[in-house]
Amino acid sequence: MANGSKQIVDFAKIKATMADPYKHPVQVIDREGKVVDPDTLAKYSDDQLVDFMKKMVWERTLHEQTMNFSRQGRLGFYAPTAGEEASEMGSVTAFKKQDFLLPAYRDLPQMIQHGTTVAKGFLWSKGHVEGNQHENPNMMFPQIIIGAQYVETAGVALGIKKNGDEDRVAFVYTGDGGTSQGDWYEGVNFTSAYQAPAVFFVQNNGWAISVPRYKQTAAETLAQKAVAMGVPSVQVDGMDIVAVHEVSKAAREFAAAGNGPVVIETLTYRYGAHSSAGDDPSRYRTDEETKPWFDADPLIRMRKVLTDKGVWSQDQEDKLVEEYKDEFKSAMKEAEAAPAQKVSDFLKWTYNVPTPAVKKQIAEFEAKESK
Amino acid sequence: MAKMTYIKAITSGLDQVLGDDPKTLIFGEDVGKNGGVFRTTVGLQDKYGEDRVFDTPLAESGILGLAIGLSLTGWRPIPEIQFMGFTFEAMDGIVGQLARDHYRFGGQKNFPVTVRTPFGGGTHTAEMHADNLENYFVSTPGLRVVTPANPYDAKGLVISAVESDDPVLFMENLKLYRSMKDEVPDEKYTVPLDSAKVVREGTDITLVAYSAEVNEALTAADALAKDNISAEVIDLRSLSPIDTDTIYASIDKTHKVVVIQEAQRMAGVGAVVASDIAEDKIMSLDAPIGRVAAPDSVYPFAQAENDWIPNADDIEAKAREIFNY
Repeated sequence: MANGSKQIVDFAKIKATMADPYKHPVQVIDREGKVVDPDTLAKYSDDQLVDFMKKMVWERTLHEQTMNFSRQGRLGFYAPTAGEEASEMGSVTAFKKQDFLLPAYRDLPQMIQHGTTVAKGFLWSKGHVEGNQHENPNMMFPQIIIGAQYVETAGVALGIKKNGDEDRVAFVYTGDGGTSQGDWYEGVNFTSAYQAPAVFFVQNNGWAISVPRYKQTAAETLAQKAVAMGVPSVQVDGMDIVAVHEVSKAAREFAAAGNGPVVIETLTYRYGAHSSAGDDPSRYRTDEETKPWFDADPLIRMRKVLTDKGVWSQDQEDKLVEEYKDEFKSAMKEAEAAPAQKVSDFLKWTYNVPTPAVKKQIAEFEAKESK
Repeated sequence: MAKMTYIKAITSGLDQVLGDDPKTLIFGEDVGKNGGVFRTTVGLQDKYGEDRVFDTPLAESGILGLAIGLSLTGWRPIPEIQFMGFTFEAMDGIVGQLARDHYRFGGQKNFPVTVRTPFGGGTHTAEMHADNLENYFVSTPGLRVVTPANPYDAKGLVISAVESDDPVLFMENLKLYRSMKDEVPDEKYTVPLDSAKVVREGTDITLVAYSAEVNEALTAADALAKDNISAEVIDLRSLSPIDTDTIYASIDKTHKVVVIQEAQRMAGVGAVVASDIAEDKIMSLDAPIGRVAAPDSVYPFAQAENDWIPNADDIEAKAREIFNY
């Protein structure tokens, strides 16, 4: 102490220890593919584990094929997902079709798993309304305004509670940068104040475009932010699909049982650019920084576990990749065959009951469109 | 039929929609036990329970997020933003999300939200409580903006707003809350969301106004009548869309028009009305379009607000100028 006398409160100690409960990421399989929590792994049958692996191969292939389509100029905005397969597939598979998903723009793979088609995902990227119309109605479109999906989740979760829906929750995604938004706090806080059923995911992939995680906040973990709202939270190794799934399942159960929301921070990594629209990561990060994350790849460690068990082979994986590629190519054909959009339809959807000015504009555009 | 203040008429309308539709919900800051800081929702929590009428944490963006999410799960939300100045905190919710969501889903989902919010000058409030911020919202496709100028319309419009499947911004004038009483039917009735009303018939000049300025225009019309100038007064009621048919029918009769607003002159509702008239009715006019608006300063400090807000004298002077052109 500056003057040698004891202060009434030791802020230095509080600051040094406040993250302690949060900085022990849950892990089942480590980066070397070693099983560190055999009891948890034993809960999963070989079939389930193989299914996890298939889903990650599916997402990785979707990413690669999507990048190809992007380079060919056949897609619009696309946010690369490589590196986040365990975080995305491990979480979404813990939810049921009746759960309500509020995705952001990097969450197309979860949307497809939750009940839409790859073709719809491509249509969204291309800027076509059918990309927002999904078979499973329990889904919002990908949110572009970072944080808005968090406040909307509060409403969906409260609506579920007021409807008395059993075994139903809302779940939502944002990234590390998203936790800096005011809406992030408002969303978690409202949901907590009403003790409504929601699971909030923060996919901490290290980067908000070019700004690294440590510049977003002095907080050591993002998980600890939830304590201020009276919400339990946890960090999980986001490159370990079993750990992510297990934590997500526990969170869903907790929320669905009427205990209020949960926040989960998945520690993952964005291998690629922020988006397909001209972001160049070499401007703000080095190979030296990224290498440890590539080594921690979620597919590598799961591949090792399954190969050791004798239930996976490279041949099998190569065949799957080819099957998935074919699937994505026909999805692209389907997307490209979608009917052209009409401005008159945009005008019709602006209001339920069109205003007089909009009515006039509909007629004008319909006349143009019929030529 | 009972004599009712503007604020009681709104309460009565809300009471009826809550009673008729079990999916309607009222929420916002202090709307529950306290009945709102102006008592607009007074008694409604007691009558319908805390599940239907409830307080929110103090965060306007959260309130709009709640409204959108509740719509997605089948509810018909009636959020209150305590003062219109606080809508800036909910701008993404209202403009970036709510107004666009029906369109984004290609018309497949409805967002039947009525955002109620008090506004308007002349009651010496703190800063950010009285501003006329309608300009920010009338330029938003997908959003309807209405504001009643009397108790009868207040009840009928709030019922129409809640029953509409389109999102509606319902602006309640602070100065009118308790300053005027009208005969208001006890039973449920609606006032259309997109129609202006001729509130005084006349033949020499048309005065187009909305909200508290309608009363100022009526006072000006009384003064003009003493000199045998017959002014027709139109209450817009709906700021988006604007009911141009009613305005044009009046101009075809009077051939002279003054457009009045309490908001600053710049890029306002009055400018939209004037430009519509200029585009469609210029050949019917015998004089330039007159405009009355507040000057283009920030909303004034409370002590001077009555020097700033356009009043009946300002309207009368402009009307004489246009009449005598």
